[in-house]
Amino acid sequence: MLNNFVLPDTLPAASEMIVCSMALLIILVDLFVSRSQRWMVSLLTILTLLGAALMTLVTADGQTTLSFGNMFVDDLLADFLKFLTYFAVIMMLIYSRSYLAERGLDKAEFYVLVLFATLGMMVMISAANFVTVYLGLELLSLSMYALVAIDRDSVRSTEAGMKYFVLGSMASGLLLYGLSMLYGATGTLEIGGVAQAVNQSEAPANLLVFGLVFTVAGIAFKLGVVPFHMWIPDVYHGAPTAVTMFLGSAPKLAAFAITMRLLVYGLFGLAMEWQQMLLIMALLSIGLGNLAAIAQTNIKRMLAYSAISHMGFMLLGLTAGVVGGQVDPFTAVNAYSSALYYVVAYVLMTLGTFAMIMLLSRSGHEAELLEDFKGLNKRSPWFAGMMLIMMFSMAGIPFFIGFFAKFSVLLATIKAGYTWVAVVAVIFSLIGAFYYLRVVKLMYFDAPVDTGPLRSDIDMRILLSINGLAVAFLGMFPDTVMSLSTTALVRSL
Amino acid sequence: MNSHLLSIAIWVPIVGALFVLALGSERRDLVRWLSAVVAFVSFLVTIPLFMRFDSSMAGMQFVEHASWIPRFNIEYFLGIDGISMWFIVLNSFITVLVVLAGWDVIKEKQAQYMAAFLIMSGLMNGIFSALDGILFYVFFEASLIPMYLIIGVWGGPNRVYAAFKFFLYTLLGSLLMLVALIWLFIESGGSFNILEWHQLRIDMAPQILIFIAFLLSFAVKVPMWPVHTWLPDAHVEAPTGGSVVLAAIALKLGAYGFLRFSLPIVPDASHAMAPFIITLSLIAVIYIGFVALAQEDMKKLVAYSSISHMGFVTLGFFIFNPLGVEGALVQMVSHGFVSAAMFLCIGVMYDRVHSRQIADYGGVVNTMPTFAAFFLFFSMANAGLPATSGFVGEFMVVLGAVKYNFWVGAAAATTLILGAAYTLWMYKRVAFGEVANRHVAELEDINAREYLILAILAIAVLVMGVYPFPFTEVMHASVDNLLKHVAMSKL
Repeated sequence: MLNNFVLPDTLPAASEMIVCSMALLIILVDLFVSRSQRWMVSLLTILTLLGAALMTLVTADGQTTLSFGNMFVDDLLADFLKFLTYFAVIMMLIYSRSYLAERGLDKAEFYVLVLFATLGMMVMISAANFVTVYLGLELLSLSMYALVAIDRDSVRSTEAGMKYFVLGSMASGLLLYGLSMLYGATGTLEIGGVAQAVNQSEAPANLLVFGLVFTVAGIAFKLGVVPFHMWIPDVYHGAPTAVTMFLGSAPKLAAFAITMRLLVYGLFGLAMEWQQMLLIMALLSIGLGNLAAIAQTNIKRMLAYSAISHMGFMLLGLTAGVVGGQVDPFTAVNAYSSALYYVVAYVLMTLGTFAMIMLLSRSGHEAELLEDFKGLNKRSPWFAGMMLIMMFSMAGIPFFIGFFAKFSVLLATIKAGYTWVAVVAVIFSLIGAFYYLRVVKLMYFDAPVDTGPLRSDIDMRILLSINGLAVAFLGMFPDTVMSLSTTALVRSL
Repeated sequence: MNSHLLSIAIWVPIVGALFVLALGSERRDLVRWLSAVVAFVSFLVTIPLFMRFDSSMAGMQFVEHASWIPRFNIEYFLGIDGISMWFIVLNSFITVLVVLAGWDVIKEKQAQYMAAFLIMSGLMNGIFSALDGILFYVFFEASLIPMYLIIGVWGGPNRVYAAFKFFLYTLLGSLLMLVALIWLFIESGGSFNILEWHQLRIDMAPQILIFIAFLLSFAVKVPMWPVHTWLPDAHVEAPTGGSVVLAAIALKLGAYGFLRFSLPIVPDASHAMAPFIITLSLIAVIYIGFVALAQEDMKKLVAYSSISHMGFVTLGFFIFNPLGVEGALVQMVSHGFVSAAMFLCIGVMYDRVHSRQIADYGGVVNTMPTFAAFFLFFSMANAGLPATSGFVGEFMVVLGAVKYNFWVGAAAATTLILGAAYTLWMYKRVAFGEVANRHVAELEDINAREYLILAILAIAVLVMGVYPFPFTEVMHASVDNLLKHVAMSKL
């Protein structure tokens, strides 16, 4: 046996190894630093992620490399998504530094859990095997459950953690069940092998579709689309804002990655089946998300419903890949890259929006009600302007990045012949515009309740300004990111 | 003809506005002077547009062509023809007046106020010169943001309602237009070039659908009856400058959209739907004329009069003869001057008395003789008195309409009676008679700044009324070319 053992090529997973070993190291380091030296832990985490980013950049060669016995894939899509993940996490860490410190949450556990969650996302992004998908997903989810409940003295936070855990485990179970059926039908756990088996129609069709339904349900839970969305508002609301920001940003990239890996790379042969499911879920999400968001008075809940509708919009892009059973690579790439671009745009906007909530929060006061945004223009015209950009971008008004995200998805949808779907989607966007406009109204038209100046650190202010300007700038010059999304997909298909 | 004049006309006010914003509202004098300079420079750069305009050419001039988003073949494609040229000049001109009009009146957040108008001005120049579908759309939608803030931040007591209504109404129309634009992109094999779309062959059924999508978008903007209800609200609540820009320029965007998109891209559907549009236009002219008669709020009255006048414009477009289209265009420019002047006049009174109710006035001529003279002149122009600009356009459209169908022309001509009735009756109640109350007795006549603004507008209205030739001359070639397109079936 031992003679057959070949050491796997570890280079493709070098950044994963960096993150993993540093996470373990940080636990140790924390034992030796005093409370006043806590900043070192935070800095070390950020440096870890920068190191991983550098490693990803260095090893990115645009080739698709399989390693660890075909369980792990390193392609351009993986590099692209990982790169974005690092930066989303780094931004989250910078935004939330003082928020955590004020609430005594800046323990090493937080940073370690964030790193493990990041590692989970990286594994999901690079998964080439059902087992790897599941492994990454569980690593992410378990770290997330703990993070949501990290403010253990808060009833709401622990309750949210519990809810998330119970529902999340059930979704993992569903996914696992679906994957095991797919394994039963195709006889392989490798995503490439599954694709082959499906294409050669060796596998029993009923079993495949049955497995597909459970798999889609599991994925839908992770994305948070209707009817698997129930956890989103409660968890977004209950978790500390820093964790909500984390939950709402980078994991969407990873969830998109497993959607691509499982449905597009693995089960492309069943595209006509899963496209229908995604289409229904997408329309329900856009409808319910936008309608329910109107009724919210808590901005975190409002953003939760908005997240549901955005993920629905993103799914529309995925439903437009295969038209009438005919596979046209050009159409497919167009559709999937529009979805990818949407996720990227969404993550950027979400980070900025939650950062605004943390900017307005102080110790002992969570600025999570819509009321807290009243009269922001009088307190700080600059940051009111940043929030204005975020809100109009989310509503899909040009010149901001959200418009071109919606535009590219609509284009893919209409190209696939679903013009009526596009019409329904834009009508719900109109309804959605109302609640984004309401935030702008509170900031600009109303008098402030709290007239004190904003207090926050300079690094957060700078980063938030860059984030806001990026949303505007990438809205004016969207081509670079769009082309990158497309290239990443083309090279990896 | 490769110059960057159009880009300059778009981006000078926008970049200038960013500098104004950066000054902050504390430095009032600096803010006001910088805004005035930016607005004036933006106006100056549009002067070469008509000085160097070649009116014998039907095609696009001052064309700028660059790739913007190659991924979707979206281009930064600008150009103007005889149809759009005057609106850019008018827009930049009105912006100067708006900045001057907000000089003393706006006390709060003046930097943001000025910046919003400058950005609005740049975006509207973009709309009038964009020749790429998405570029047009982007400017079209983005212009909602400053207007939303203008109404909501500096508006009257019911401003929140008006601002939301304005935004959502307009967004509904434009989102459907986006779907139509994307559909055209796919149908044309991957091009957002509006001029290429003019050549595109489309079947009747999609033509009708596209026409409806465009109609919803532009009809809200014009606004046509029955989707006009946002306009009176927006006008009443908006600050004076907001009303001026809304009436003088923003309403023209919808009408312009008909000429640039609906008529040439889907001519067959336009012909098929023409009776419908003509009916709506006549309802706007007559019914809204009566509605205006019943108003007790001056701003609302002028708002309804705007809707009625814009009904004339859409009527002129859909009778498909050169007289009608040119008359409608002249009417648009003229209405830009006259409605701006009317709102500024009402603003002058409002700043002093803080009421727009007709009943609160009476005998204004006794205390403000100079102002009353100007107000009378603009009221006459609004009623379409010969020798003012208001007459030229209406007369041309009526002539065109009679050619098309006598009864349509006869119905349209009632506007001359109705317009005179509501405007002059309002004028009589506000200006003539005994001094009605203490507030009117305390009125002071207009100051030099207000005098300047109104005098400039009065000259413009008079020149255009007496000698409209330069205005119509530049339109001939482009309008003929447009109608040639519209006459050709694309089935």
